[in-house]
Amino acid sequence: MTIAPASILPLRLDGVCYDAGGKRLVDGVSLAFAAGPRTLILGPNGAGKSLLLRLAHGLLAPTAGLVLWQGPDARNAGRHQAMVFQRPVMLRRSAAANIDYALRLRGVPRDSRRPRVEEALERAGLERFAGTPARALSIGEQQRLALARAWATLPQVLFLDEPTASLDPAATWAVEGIIDAIHRAGTKIVMTTHDLAQARRLADDIVFLNHGRVVEQGTAERFFASPRTPEAAAFIAGTLRW
Amino acid sequence: MHDIAAAFATSFGLILTLDQGLVEIVLRSLQVSLLAVGAAAIVGLPLGAAVALLRFPGRRAVAILLSSLMGLPPVVVGLIVYLLLSRAGPLGVLGLLFTPSAMVAAQFVLVTPIVAALARQVVEDLWAEYEEQLRSLGAGPRRAIATLLWDGRFSLMTALLAGFGRASAEVGAVMIVGGNIDHVTRVMTTAIALETSKGDLALALGLGLILIALSLLVNGAAFVVRDLARSGA
Repeated sequence: MTIAPASILPLRLDGVCYDAGGKRLVDGVSLAFAAGPRTLILGPNGAGKSLLLRLAHGLLAPTAGLVLWQGPDARNAGRHQAMVFQRPVMLRRSAAANIDYALRLRGVPRDSRRPRVEEALERAGLERFAGTPARALSIGEQQRLALARAWATLPQVLFLDEPTASLDPAATWAVEGIIDAIHRAGTKIVMTTHDLAQARRLADDIVFLNHGRVVEQGTAERFFASPRTPEAAAFIAGTLRW
Repeated sequence: MHDIAAAFATSFGLILTLDQGLVEIVLRSLQVSLLAVGAAAIVGLPLGAAVALLRFPGRRAVAILLSSLMGLPPVVVGLIVYLLLSRAGPLGVLGLLFTPSAMVAAQFVLVTPIVAALARQVVEDLWAEYEEQLRSLGAGPRRAIATLLWDGRFSLMTALLAGFGRASAEVGAVMIVGGNIDHVTRVMTTAIALETSKGDLALALGLGLILIALSLLVNGAAFVVRDLARSGA
């Protein structure tokens, strides 16, 4: 029997700002992410969604404000989170070796890695590509492999940066299926998208971002039924101007 | 004209009959240059990768220095290594002067900046692509360097081939530190220089043809490696 590690959640962003090139790209964002519901960060291009995700994941340091992991296992926050990017970055090795690499970095012993690699490939429907060079896979398959690689590390939080932005509908459907499975397995999903239909399909909670600021947040049901701000209403109606 | 034709004919004869003197010189050349490139790979690849990844004061200056050292004049390198290894020099006690080891050392000095500078460029380009993913997966600098060197292996092989090309073709450094001693430190380039000055064009031409063949082989290998890299392996 394995004992589930203590949680690293909740994650709190407190007045987070990020400046680059003399411009404020993320402006005083304060948010809390609790375990459970899928949070989708929604907003138009250039709203600061990807930056916010990178700040939360620790890839960028905020210019001002704090990113705080507040769970009992906050000390090990780095080990219990993962991120999948818009364009999958595959190492120049086989699909299976890509997953094995991630597990090795997490200190998973050699004996345990093989079954976990096989399980991850199977979950993503990629078992027949185990020995195929990862870069020889289609973009959709690479994105599924990126999700399998992240999932294999059993993250408590998975950050997804527009994972279907460059995929066709069939590949998008497959990726969304895997995301749903990861969520059902107990991983907190924090995902960015500018795709309203996708947000309606996947979101439990919505954070609506525009010009680097959080304009509105709440349950997806409430957000889509009765947006509280003109900007959110305009975005849902497809009339939001830059 | 007749002399040249005769020299060509004799040189082909030497190659086809695997003339013992010629084979000995070719093998020594390969031994010296391969050892030098091997040592340059051990030092130059991680050095180039470290300069690409790590942020430290003077990093840019180091990168510029590595690129500048790619064009080191072999005779100057030979002279410096000679001074270091000569009886009165700081490494004179090792007694390496006029031995193949001294030649390896001189070629190592010549080749390492080439390998390091090309490795830096390859790894820097890869790092731009991999940085976020590797950091997200939890790779520290040491692990990241190892990963980038492995993933850039095909491009880096081209860097090593460039280093080998440089080492096998240079004459100035090995002439000074090796002394071109028959059966001891004579390699292809020094033998060509000597035999030409003696007027024995056949052996010089035979060695020259082998050197050119090696150069073609190295360039051919670089193309194959590049194709392998493009195939996504």
